[in-house]
Amino acid sequence: MNRPENVSGPAPPRELRLAQIQPAIEVRSLTRRFDDFTAVDAISFDVQAGEVFGFLGANGAGKTTAIRMLIGLLAPTSGEARVAGHDVRMEADRIRRRIGYMSQRFSLYEDLTARENIRLYAGIYGLSDAAIRERTETLLNRLRLDSHGDTLVRSLPLGWRQKLAFSVAMVHEPEIVFLDEPTGGVDPITRRQFWEMIYEAAQNGTTILVTTHYMDEAEYCDRVSIMVEGRIAALGTPAELKAEFGASTIEDVFVQLARPTAEIAAGMAAGSAGTPTSRTMPSG
Amino acid sequence: MTATDACATPLDRDDPAVLVAGLVKRFGGTVALDGVSFSVRPGELFGLLGPDGGGKTTLFRILTTLLLPDDGSARVLGLDTSTDLWAIRSRVGYMPGRFSLYPDLSVAENLDFFASVFGTSVEAEYDLIAPIYQQIEPFRDRRAGALSGGMKQKLALSCALVHRPDILFLDEPTTGVDAVSRREFWDLLAGLRAGGLTIAVSTPYMDEADRCDRVALIQKGRILAVDTPAGIVDRHPLPILRVATPDRYRSIQLLRSYPHAHSVYPFGESLHYTDARGDVDPAALASELRAYLDRQGVLQPEVEPIRAGIEDCFMALMDDPSLEPE
Repeated sequence: MNRPENVSGPAPPRELRLAQIQPAIEVRSLTRRFDDFTAVDAISFDVQAGEVFGFLGANGAGKTTAIRMLIGLLAPTSGEARVAGHDVRMEADRIRRRIGYMSQRFSLYEDLTARENIRLYAGIYGLSDAAIRERTETLLNRLRLDSHGDTLVRSLPLGWRQKLAFSVAMVHEPEIVFLDEPTGGVDPITRRQFWEMIYEAAQNGTTILVTTHYMDEAEYCDRVSIMVEGRIAALGTPAELKAEFGASTIEDVFVQLARPTAEIAAGMAAGSAGTPTSRTMPSG
Repeated sequence: MTATDACATPLDRDDPAVLVAGLVKRFGGTVALDGVSFSVRPGELFGLLGPDGGGKTTLFRILTTLLLPDDGSARVLGLDTSTDLWAIRSRVGYMPGRFSLYPDLSVAENLDFFASVFGTSVEAEYDLIAPIYQQIEPFRDRRAGALSGGMKQKLALSCALVHRPDILFLDEPTTGVDAVSRREFWDLLAGLRAGGLTIAVSTPYMDEADRCDRVALIQKGRILAVDTPAGIVDRHPLPILRVATPDRYRSIQLLRSYPHAHSVYPFGESLHYTDARGDVDPAALASELRAYLDRQGVLQPEVEPIRAGIEDCFMALMDDPSLEPE
């Protein structure tokens, strides 16, 4: 989907590209405190270009805060992060031009048509009129939305809206796309079609960072991190994590790691602090 | 409603707790429920599984007397949802999908309020709600609006239970909730079920089917199947194989172009392949596919016959409307 005009001949094998290019996202001791509460506690990891990176964690573990820092919406308290080579603190607007972002429900204007949404976002990202026209028709065609291009987004089925939202997030051919629970509530076939769009984008070199509550989707990722209490408690390929935790599924790994959180919450209520998970893997 | 009817018909043990026949509901040009029929037995934990827009919320709103159907009938605890609404309302517990407690009242105040509306008190019903309420009781003075998602959910469940209902309707209690909290919530429901309560719960997460006695699969206002989770899985009509290869994206394309492919979908780290030939021997099919992938240069493909899961079945039923049983 991305930058095909610049590439002559087949792309090099994916593993090779992953190894050669500098990380798309570099995070070092990134921390964010709100008053006394440390929402993100010195996390460090890299995401390679073209990688599909699953960013998991229980509700309240700090995922959203971390993502808001990475897309330049929230300043870190300390630590560093570079996204597409730019510093999140100093170069937030350059980052925003080179990334796409899609959240579960709020990415599209429901009172605009599918075509108008694509044109609007393409315009915001500064595409030329000719490019906007071409890109709009290409995307509608690819989504098989040609005959519904003038339908209000509000009237489109949820699955189509989510695929459209993903395309809109990709309209300016960003290097990195952040997807925050992109598949909530859609039927299982649409959910899989959505993941095929993700794979296709990754095959074309786009880096994907995705959050989800569907644990089977975690297994679609090249690597997965699991946040617990503001820290990255585990990071690796799905196979590595399952082997490390002696689990048959990522859900089992997740439950092993996140279960202590509930106990800590109960313990805090009773006045004792409790220690975070003891199984902390070095990240990166 | 006629008050005599409502109160004079105690539910026979064998009567269904919910009986829905030919239910239709339209909103303007949208058909939200398109002839829905099923029943829930007393004491059953019944799951309504399907994606957003399937009609789950509309159905629950009709069953809890908040909405009138355009056609068909719905009976809850032997009472008609269109005419016996007051009798039904005092006997059902309902937890809507959207948090709908009073955010400015404390945890304890919310619970007291719901108890008093139904003419009882938290103390009188404490034994029933204790397993759930005790988990949030340390926060009893906190404003409900300031609770975490998981705690809101437990408070909402406590409030839905405090008048000791005969049946509980839970509309997507686990949507947007992480995997750990989801598991805990289902453990709570299992405890309530063991106490004899009838529970109808809707969810978009297919993997939650296994926590239910029976499930209805619902999509676009139509019921695709109603059965035990095992019964649904046994009905899967086609041989299904798990395929694991290092190059998943390419393998999907290759398998889709295989002449006998019916469907190919990613499932976690592997793929599920269904073959259009219903009568082929699964073991032979596995060797056939292994050889095919091998010829295409896919390294060391793992191919093995598997039993379908609920999600496979849902997709099979979605794919081919002619398989719909009802």
